[in-house]
Amino acid sequence: MILFIAIPIGSAFVQSLFIQHDQVLVLSKNCGPFGCRETTSVDIEATKELRQDSPLGKFNGIGTYLNRSHLAFAEVGNAWAVSRTFSGFLNEVLDLPFYGALMFTLTYTAVVTPLVLLLGLAIAIGVNGLPNIIKGPSIFVSLLPFLVTPLVGSLILFWMVDGDGIIGATIQLIFNDPDLSLKASTGLTWTMLIVYGIWHTLPFSFIVFYAGLQTVPVDTLEAAEIDGATKWQRTVYVVVPHLVPLITFVTLMLLMDNFRVFEPIVSFSAEAHARSLSWIIFNDLRESGNPLYGSAGATSILTIIGVIFLLTPVLIRNWRDFKLRRL
Amino acid sequence: MTRTARTPIKFFSVLSFSLVALWLLIAAFPFLWTFWGSFKVQSDFFSKADWMYALWGTNTARETGNAFTGSGYYGAWIIEGFWKNFLNSGIVVFFTVIISLTFGTLGGYALARSGFRYAFWILMAALVFRAMPHITLVSGYLLPFFEWNIWGYLPTTIIVLVAMNQPFTIWMLHSFFLNVPKDMDESAMIDGCTRFEAFRYVIVPVMWPGVITTGLFSFLLAYNDFTVTVMLLSEENETIIPAINSFLGTTQVEGKVMYAVAAVVSVTAPILVLILFFQRQIVSGLTAGAVKG
Repeated sequence: MILFIAIPIGSAFVQSLFIQHDQVLVLSKNCGPFGCRETTSVDIEATKELRQDSPLGKFNGIGTYLNRSHLAFAEVGNAWAVSRTFSGFLNEVLDLPFYGALMFTLTYTAVVTPLVLLLGLAIAIGVNGLPNIIKGPSIFVSLLPFLVTPLVGSLILFWMVDGDGIIGATIQLIFNDPDLSLKASTGLTWTMLIVYGIWHTLPFSFIVFYAGLQTVPVDTLEAAEIDGATKWQRTVYVVVPHLVPLITFVTLMLLMDNFRVFEPIVSFSAEAHARSLSWIIFNDLRESGNPLYGSAGATSILTIIGVIFLLTPVLIRNWRDFKLRRL
Repeated sequence: MTRTARTPIKFFSVLSFSLVALWLLIAAFPFLWTFWGSFKVQSDFFSKADWMYALWGTNTARETGNAFTGSGYYGAWIIEGFWKNFLNSGIVVFFTVIISLTFGTLGGYALARSGFRYAFWILMAALVFRAMPHITLVSGYLLPFFEWNIWGYLPTTIIVLVAMNQPFTIWMLHSFFLNVPKDMDESAMIDGCTRFEAFRYVIVPVMWPGVITTGLFSFLLAYNDFTVTVMLLSEENETIIPAINSFLGTTQVEGKVMYAVAAVVSVTAPILVLILFFQRQIVSGLTAGAVKG
């Protein structure tokens, strides 16, 4: 198990230190009736051989991390020096692929997570109040968007918001703008992806909260009712505190899942306006004919660092709990 | 007095009911719409002129003589050879589930009975693995696989999927076995069973609920996977999800979109059946992690 986790990460790290070979150039003299000329041409055979001999490419150290498509310190510094306003600087930086993707990933995570938590809780409380006969079917329906393949789920929505699809056409009708397309502008693409994200992950928080609601002590609720608490007050002061451990759990899961958002971008073909970190790696590896392993590896390592950063508070807390339990 | 006290209660429940109703509509409608539309022709599915066309299949009737047409399904399954992808998916999913459950049960049982507090570390491994974008791991696998010439084959993909699945399986079964009383296999061993016999005759009969729940999630992971399969499988070995993605590359041609729509509906159907039969297990599996935390 550890083998399978550690090896790919190690391999990605090693790959990230290398970049692909330059093509082998051959200088040849070309003598014709009008004198000799020197031409450079690519020696395909030699290039191929070199690539075969050391598939990793040549050693580049942390150069890949620092180049334009990753941390790009030089470009950031340059942008800082050139732009006068802070927003100008920000614009410059977000044009760099890595920071743009980071920005989208963080925005997506930051918007989707709290919304899903709130709505999930609200729906769980609502379903809990339903009569028993409709509870089962409503849970069944709710599970669908979560369990269906992300790629497929987002495709279904994508066809609906298409300019000719039902939602897209309706929106055009409402705003009376036949050229309005959700795919055309950055803001709308982001909104679309975020709406999809909420649709896709809401069932998870709903189900967990719903299960948590079954364990809320009835006595406490009744006591609160006798003391004159309204339903709203009971929800806020009794139910929600009872669910706090679950809320932390769900938040953690959502953070992790949202941070690696990838499939919707593929199926919404939203890469022109929104790229996530995962998508950048995917794109590097897909680079036809000549995958940029080094670049992909570097982004992978940076993403892993991001994940660890995200998880540190939870890991520390768990570790403390673990130590306490052992004492 | 009573009136003023009651109004917020009513308001509250009306609000929560309408929220639930709205959510159910949002959750189910896209599926119903796509399912219904998959039996139409493209000009009905994307019916900009009048969305009622999609309901009644006006253009479908004009083009095929019937309000329903199976041409999308025919195109996807027969012409584009989607059945082959489906078969590949079947193989990958079957072996992934079987292998990860075998290792998961044995490993989970051993860890649960070993007495050491492995739980924390397994949990951490499962957590870290869940948090990693799968693509970061795939990018690490890819180059070695090319070098060893094992890229593009189903077994390779199965191994990778099992590996990604394993921490989760072991952790889930580990916490399940912790709940099986230790007395059971201990009394069997006092009666003269070896450790293995105790496992075989005492634990195996009672472990099925946990195994089924874990198996369901392994199934979903393998079935739904896009990242691993798209990177690691060659075109002729593609499973369903990357196959749908490659449909999209060719869908600019009129009518081909409906192939993709039909394929999407075909992919969703098994999941629907799965939820129908195993709803209880799925819910308990989703919440198990939360409750035991």
